[in-house]
Amino acid sequence: MTITSAPATTAALSVEDLHVTYNVRGIERAVLRGVTFHVAPGEAYGLVGESGCGKSTTAYAALRYLPRNGTISSGRVLVAGDDVTAMKSSQLRSFRANRASMVYQDPGQAMNPSLRIGRQVAECFTLLGQPDKQAHESALEALKKVRIAAPESVLERYPFQLSGGMQQRVVIAMALAKDPKLLVLDEPTTGLDATVEAEVLDLVRMLRQESDAAVLLIAHNLGIIRSMCDRVGVMYAGKIVEEGPSHQVFDSPQHPYTVGLLRSLPRHGVRKTERALATIPGILPLIGTDLPTCVFVDRCPIATELCRTVEPPEVPVGNVPGRFTRCHHSDRIGDIPQEPVNVDIAMLAPVDDNPEVLELSHVSKTFRQRGKAIPALVDVELNLAEGETLGIVGESGSGKSTLAKTMLGIESLDSGGLVSLDGHGLQASTVRRSAEDKRSMQMVFQNPDSALNRAWSVRRILLRSVHKLTGIKGAEANKRVEDLAEHLRLTPRHLDLKPRQLSGGLKQRVAIARAFAGDPRIVVCDEPTSALDVSVQAAILNLLADLQSAQRTSYVFITHDMGVVRYLADRIAVMYLGRIQEIGLTDDIFKGPHHPYTEALLSAVPSVDGEITTRIRLDGEIPSPANPPSGCVFHPRCPRAIAGVCEVTEPPLVEVSFGHAMRCHIPLEELRVLQQGE
Amino acid sequence: MRRFLLKRVASALITLWLLATIVFLIVNVLPGDVGRKILGPFAPKEEVAAFNHRLGTDRPLLAQYFTSIRRVFTLDFGNSFQSGQDVKSIIFSALFRSGKLALLAFVITIPISIAAGIFAARRQDKLADRVVVNVGLASSSIPEFVTAAVLLSIFCVHWKLGKVFANPPPGTSVIGQLEYLLVPAMAMVIAYFGYIARMTRAGVIGALQSDYARTATMKGLSDNQVMRRHILRNALGPTITVISVQIGYLFGGIIGVEKVFNYAGLGSTMLTAVGAKDIPVLQGAVLLVGIVYMLSTLAADLLIAYLNPRVRLETAR
Repeated sequence: MTITSAPATTAALSVEDLHVTYNVRGIERAVLRGVTFHVAPGEAYGLVGESGCGKSTTAYAALRYLPRNGTISSGRVLVAGDDVTAMKSSQLRSFRANRASMVYQDPGQAMNPSLRIGRQVAECFTLLGQPDKQAHESALEALKKVRIAAPESVLERYPFQLSGGMQQRVVIAMALAKDPKLLVLDEPTTGLDATVEAEVLDLVRMLRQESDAAVLLIAHNLGIIRSMCDRVGVMYAGKIVEEGPSHQVFDSPQHPYTVGLLRSLPRHGVRKTERALATIPGILPLIGTDLPTCVFVDRCPIATELCRTVEPPEVPVGNVPGRFTRCHHSDRIGDIPQEPVNVDIAMLAPVDDNPEVLELSHVSKTFRQRGKAIPALVDVELNLAEGETLGIVGESGSGKSTLAKTMLGIESLDSGGLVSLDGHGLQASTVRRSAEDKRSMQMVFQNPDSALNRAWSVRRILLRSVHKLTGIKGAEANKRVEDLAEHLRLTPRHLDLKPRQLSGGLKQRVAIARAFAGDPRIVVCDEPTSALDVSVQAAILNLLADLQSAQRTSYVFITHDMGVVRYLADRIAVMYLGRIQEIGLTDDIFKGPHHPYTEALLSAVPSVDGEITTRIRLDGEIPSPANPPSGCVFHPRCPRAIAGVCEVTEPPLVEVSFGHAMRCHIPLEELRVLQQGE
Repeated sequence: MRRFLLKRVASALITLWLLATIVFLIVNVLPGDVGRKILGPFAPKEEVAAFNHRLGTDRPLLAQYFTSIRRVFTLDFGNSFQSGQDVKSIIFSALFRSGKLALLAFVITIPISIAAGIFAARRQDKLADRVVVNVGLASSSIPEFVTAAVLLSIFCVHWKLGKVFANPPPGTSVIGQLEYLLVPAMAMVIAYFGYIARMTRAGVIGALQSDYARTATMKGLSDNQVMRRHILRNALGPTITVISVQIGYLFGGIIGVEKVFNYAGLGSTMLTAVGAKDIPVLQGAVLLVGIVYMLSTLAADLLIAYLNPRVRLETAR
């Protein structure tokens, strides 16, 4: 018997024992294995889980939009009492036009690239039967409703002429055109900057108050689910393994998978020097695998014989309606062992006396486009000690990646600046640097798929790197590759596979191994975990910390994830429009007083722990570096800007306390008062 | 948009100049002098020299080069070595004939093959799709002179539905000309159907898998509406490019088809000019084909820019 808070009859969305299969090479393979949940009108329900668990399939099945090879093999989906699975195609069209909508990941791709926004939005209204002229007026109203700047001019533009945040606003406007009964949001903010993400989420929250639509939200970011959803279902291998009110599920998870997911996140300000992150051993079963009993049994740390023989029922938790876990042993959740601390903490201790390996002085980078100067980096001063991790954060367009490329010499810096390694100045361009200098600085990219040669085996990829970076050949090189693989916890079997045969996490390991092939002094990591699931991310972060403590490597770690940077970085630099706005020890950056921009970045992060953060919101978008604002470049968006000062002179980067510098006209003590007062 | 247009026209003019230069080089890089080549090894020296003088081929190369460039832009290629006729009138009447045939072929091919491509894309991997793909593949892999010969023997010789000689006598009405041109045009249709159909199919399948097609379906549009309003505009870019390239190709004359049907199009004219070493005609014809080729790709680029605002707005910036 299913326990739910919303009985099927009154629910806006009822998914009942839904089974979906994908036909892969002629064989029907199970993707959803009996998914059941209900969402009441006005309620927001979240689905979480790692990629491949079936959460997006569930969302699309709810609107009966499956890939060509997908079939609903049994079960029902009821939207306000009507069975979507039984509709004829004309009924389904009318259902989509009038009652259900979807907001997608990657809004730029979700709009027709060659039609004006006005026409695309108006189309939703013509489908509701409005004549063209009225539909056009309705489109303008819809854009006003999603608080888009200059709606009249947006109507006349094409999708590629809008920023990501504006694109998502337009998609939301289209979704709300019909006043839907059901609104499905599939990773609506993935790929957007944290500040834009916060704006979009605020908008959705506000619009929810104006409508009684049931919301189904799919996100891999647990913080978003916690801050947006009333209830949450945790999916694994095509089943909901735990369900309940979101704060309860996240605060006291009752299924070993949920526990694993939550423990693999860097939370509560935990640092690499305190403990390693938990990982979930093993991998998600492939779709179509026969899983007759508990779906999680192969990776569960507390599984018993019972779990292998009897499928666990929905076990109620407490007396909360609609709260259950699909686990035989929810009473033994406390027995799940914490990840042993495998990082040598002593080696990761503070780095005060360590020699400096990298120094950037007066580093600027100006791009030229059609004769116009575009300053991408402005007078950056940085240093990096041996074994230290410097985190670099900031919105897209802030110059993080340009900084990384300039250090490595992929982009040549402007004259007048200098990058020095171990005290000697480096050539501006990689091609002019010595083999030794190249070996010393390596990079790990965000997307291992495009960083690794797909036609080569892992062994060949690593052999080439070893040879190119160290000059070693033959048997010795082979030996080195095997050592390297062992360090990176790749098995010898992996060496003979091609990248496409590896999972995302393993591919990223190979990419890291490649960077470490020549014992680098510095590794620049550009969002190395942002494409990975949280448990895989945890393993990669542990690995990076491990390698660092063993080899005293220094990292420059570029990320948009504040939790990750807090875990891994010793110091953090916050960048805005090519300038360092604030730099300091991780604790100083997080505990404050901080630069108003840092404050805004931190308050944009939805917390999985439900902590209330000071919310200051940024309006608008990062300006174009081609036309930087006068005075402090941040002043047009700064909620704390002082009129008459900030727009006139740019504040210098001043040390406000030991090792903590920022670029702000407001004195530190005043910032402290301002930031504690809210 | 105006800037885009200017840019494209400028690059077309540069291409034309390059083409003229290449043609000039090819003609002049051949060893020996032109007069000797035309009159043969047994002609007396004086006669060769006089001939060269008459043709202007005894002048310095640079002067000849400038003449030939000027000729391209004034479309004045002098007189044919062989018949003494004005080259312009020879090649333009050949172009007109080729154009008639090409136009007829394309009026038939384009709608049929685009429709077949869309039809196949909507039934991807089903039987109907496989049929279209394989028929298309087969039709475009048979050389067109083979198709032409087969069609000739079936329709013109056996059933006597068409004429064996495709040249209509002067004064034939437009409908009457169809009787002459339809069968050779069919050979061209068969040759190009598969190419265009498969290109359309690939473009439509790609667009059908796009996120915006999903958005359109989720808005509640029917499959036909999604296709008309959202898919085609984005899917047909590559097809338009392919068609434009083939138009250039077709105007140049499909020599095989023209030979089989004894049709005096540009292709046959060039072939005859080569045989007769009639350099002015050859030069003029090659350049004319080049111009048609450029005009058709220019038209395609403009059409694509019209359909795709990104091309229009970003290259213009």
